[in-house]
Amino acid sequence: MFLKNALRAATALTVLGAGSAFAETITIATVNNGDMIRMQKYTHLFTEQTGIDVNWVTLEENVLRQRVTTDISTKGGQFDIMTIGMYEAPIWGKNGWLVPLNDLPPEYDVNDILPAMRGGLSYDGTLYAAPFYGESSMIMYRTDLMEKAGLEMPEDPTWGFIRKAAAAMTDRENDINGICLRGKAGWGEGGAFITAMSNSFGARWFDMDWNAQFDTPAWHETLTFYKGMMDESGPKGYATNGFNENLSLFQQGKCGMWIDATVAASFVTNPDESTVADKVGFALAPHKEGVSKHANWLWAWALAIPAGTQKEDAAKKFIEWATSKDYIELVAANEGWANVPPGARTSLYENPNYKDIPFAKMTLKSILMADPQHPTVDPVPYVGIQFAAIPEFAGIATEVSQEFAAAYAGQQTVEEALAKAQAITNDAMEAAGYR
Amino acid sequence: MARAVTTRRKTLNTLVAWTIGLLIFFPILWIFVLSFKSEGDAILPPLQVLAAPWSLDSYAVVQERSDYLGHFYNSVVLSLGSTVLGLIVAVPAAWAMAFVPGKRTKDVLMWMLSTKMLPAVGVLYPIYLLFIQFGLLDSRLGLTIVLMLINLPIIIWMLYTYFREIPGEILEAARMDGAGLREEILYVLTPMAVPGIASTLLLNVILAWNEAFWTLNLTAAKAAPLTAFIASYSSPEGLFYAKLSAASVMAIAPILIMGWFSQKQLVRGLTFGAVK
Repeated sequence: MFLKNALRAATALTVLGAGSAFAETITIATVNNGDMIRMQKYTHLFTEQTGIDVNWVTLEENVLRQRVTTDISTKGGQFDIMTIGMYEAPIWGKNGWLVPLNDLPPEYDVNDILPAMRGGLSYDGTLYAAPFYGESSMIMYRTDLMEKAGLEMPEDPTWGFIRKAAAAMTDRENDINGICLRGKAGWGEGGAFITAMSNSFGARWFDMDWNAQFDTPAWHETLTFYKGMMDESGPKGYATNGFNENLSLFQQGKCGMWIDATVAASFVTNPDESTVADKVGFALAPHKEGVSKHANWLWAWALAIPAGTQKEDAAKKFIEWATSKDYIELVAANEGWANVPPGARTSLYENPNYKDIPFAKMTLKSILMADPQHPTVDPVPYVGIQFAAIPEFAGIATEVSQEFAAAYAGQQTVEEALAKAQAITNDAMEAAGYR
Repeated sequence: MARAVTTRRKTLNTLVAWTIGLLIFFPILWIFVLSFKSEGDAILPPLQVLAAPWSLDSYAVVQERSDYLGHFYNSVVLSLGSTVLGLIVAVPAAWAMAFVPGKRTKDVLMWMLSTKMLPAVGVLYPIYLLFIQFGLLDSRLGLTIVLMLINLPIIIWMLYTYFREIPGEILEAARMDGAGLREEILYVLTPMAVPGIASTLLLNVILAWNEAFWTLNLTAAKAAPLTAFIASYSSPEGLFYAKLSAASVMAIAPILIMGWFSQKQLVRGLTFGAVK
């Protein structure tokens, strides 16, 4: 008996010892978006499978960018995996800051990743980050208000129609605004929206010699149209509204239409959060009559490994797990198909279970329609739709969007804002040596 | 002769003081209210928020998803550690400047204060690189030192002002009785300055507790205090006001309660030197 117990104890100790000897811990920096929170919830399954422990560091988006940029540019080695966006991936890949993901195993099926996503997360043909979820933007509108206004939303509407519909749906007495759009300063907030919108008016940020193009009629038309429509039918104080503010307005039934990230579709149709969950329809982001480009963008939240981590293999294993087809199945089985991370894999949109989700078709169409390599009507020297994938862009676009927001708020005219944007951009590009 | 204060004037003063107090306190009160609501209710107009059912769900979710106690422990270690360390350095420094001032003492004091005027982000990279070199990233030790350094000017200034109020003759008397420098500081000066040291300690614990630049930028998983805990509930895509509020309440409650109990000391600390 004693021997048996001793043997058991010894075995237990050995197992424990072996466990601690091999247990590896990786640290992942991420943002607090719904799909990321869900991923943290299922991480214990990854640990059970592989014996690799995971530490999560969740930060606010801008703090995360600053934090991760500091760490990666100084080779601080605090993180083994970072959550980055489509803007950072090609720039950091080019700088040699990220580990290339070119040896993913065949069962991962890298060709299943949507081509637009793969293109946006690569530099020079090498994939540097695996998309966890992707998004484009589209119109979300209130079917009941549209009907009341006696209009029918086409699948591919023009800006002219949107402005007319917005005016018709606006009901100031009942606090219903025909249209809610981002106006908030910041390159990823209002800046992203107006840049994507300008593409659909035939505008562009730079010509092929990196000259700013804010003095063109196309930009003037974009801004005048935006401000005119929002003054007519937008919510009060739209110049300070971003994604979350508009989400809140829409969920409270105060917006007739909202053009924003496709990922919002699952929020506004969720009856636990939204008062209008059963009255939402979807359509492609608008375009100006006669212009082939639409106002939809393309973005991905992706997982990347910083160069210099000591735990590259463990980090790769995690990325393979979290962005795999199996992970999607896992979430679907536990939380339903409406809650799986969207926009990353082709197979998801071929799945018959997913096809029943009301917003799935329009999300896929929007993503497929986005072309970061050719974002504008006239040729441009940059890649990216709502941004230009150069390191200087975030700073410049934040300043430019501040000027635009000041124009929305009526503190200056559209012409003044555009003139300042032109000067800011040209100065910065000259200082950076592009011109 | 003191001017008589009429009842009307008194009432008016009280009213104004309460209004200002409530205005300043309102955001915290609203965070408190939102933390007991569901996510769906938290975004409703204010009156409807108040009418919506109260629940502890947000707290339960936050408790389940994050390691509150771990962050809390880090906050306590960092704020107390940095303040105590700061006092150990600052007491002798303030003693020297208050009782044996040199020609440049005023300049030194100004120079120390001027370091507080530099935007922190300006030295982020140098400090980050130093931390890498010394292996201090994401460690409580490293962060304690940084927090101590950034609060040191304030600690020295506060102590300096207190020490100046103590008559130098008392120290001279102690010296006459044969007290050495150590005895003088430990047995004469410190006991007399206890109220001042206590206010300094309290105020700097609060400053260190609320510090949200270095604590976010120099930590990852291990040494992150409650500021990182709050930051993890802010989201670019999705409304989590109720959970964010619950996390905020949990983060500020300990320091708020501490402040409540030590109000007297704090007010003295904050208004030191105001009336001479």
